[in-house]
Amino acid sequence: MEEDNLKKDKLVIAKKKFDSRLIVGTGKYKNMSECAKAIKLSGAEIVTVAVRRVNISNKKKPLLMDYIDPKKITYLPNTAGCFNSTDALRTLRLAREIGGWKLVKLEVLGDKKNLFPDMIETLKTTEVLAKEGFKVMVYCNDDPLMAKRLENSGADAIMPLAAPIGSGLGILNKINIQIIRKQTKLPLIVDAGLGQASDATIAMELGCDGVLVNTAIAKAKKPFEMALAFKNAVIAGRQSYKSGRIAKTIMGNPSSPIEGII
Amino acid sequence: MKKIKIKVNGKFKTVLNNTKLSDLLNNLNIPIKKVAIELNQEIIDKKRTSNIKLKKDDKIEIVHFIGGG
Repeated sequence: MEEDNLKKDKLVIAKKKFDSRLIVGTGKYKNMSECAKAIKLSGAEIVTVAVRRVNISNKKKPLLMDYIDPKKITYLPNTAGCFNSTDALRTLRLAREIGGWKLVKLEVLGDKKNLFPDMIETLKTTEVLAKEGFKVMVYCNDDPLMAKRLENSGADAIMPLAAPIGSGLGILNKINIQIIRKQTKLPLIVDAGLGQASDATIAMELGCDGVLVNTAIAKAKKPFEMALAFKNAVIAGRQSYKSGRIAKTIMGNPSSPIEGII
Repeated sequence: MKKIKIKVNGKFKTVLNNTKLSDLLNNLNIPIKKVAIELNQEIIDKKRTSNIKLKKDDKIEIVHFIGGG
């Protein structure tokens, strides 16, 4: 019964349903077969992908689509490396053209060192994309006011950072994530900065609908084991959140009855 | 026949004037279903590449999906 309830508990993004709440990035792996195997073990049904020039001088270079079947796994094209609205729009319009992708991840970065998002450019771009019929999942700061403005601009999912991209620091501002959770019914997905599986559990226990992980899996000493660890961590966190945790007290409370003590 | 210089993915290439875009893509072995194409910053409908004839200084971008976070 409990297991059935969990099966019915789907992640819904832009009316599309997913069983897995873990989204993984496909960058930074040693090679494409390692990437494909890690994705399989993670159970992810959505993967982020980047749009880049085809290498026209090396015609035999392997293609991502030969390793990860876009009919089985949802590709989520991103705008990684874009620092302004013009480049981000150009990238996602091209991504849509490759094969009709409408579900996209927008990230407009503002600083090359800390990789924080430029929220002014991000807001502007979200509005344009929504008007063009894109379903936009938006990478953003863990700022409740900006998250609200994104929602009003037509975002389909809010993706606040846990910490700077690739930093592995885990969730730095749990309170902000909780405030964003309380104010929005949109899918809330923690994106960027997770370092280990327990960080994903914490994100889910804060009430997030999912997490997005790349570096923490791809750069772990054992990426396959870490992919599995993240899969389990997300499930554990979701179950824990849905189960309703006990209240915190500062004093002890014995687990065994006092009555009948000898 | 007159030869012209164009740019494909940032690299200069010499082709015959009025070469069809579809012929260039064939020559480069581009898997057309897995890419998107821009000609001078405008997205090209992949079904119409045989209607487009290349001209001097045309800039073509051919992109696809790669691994990314």
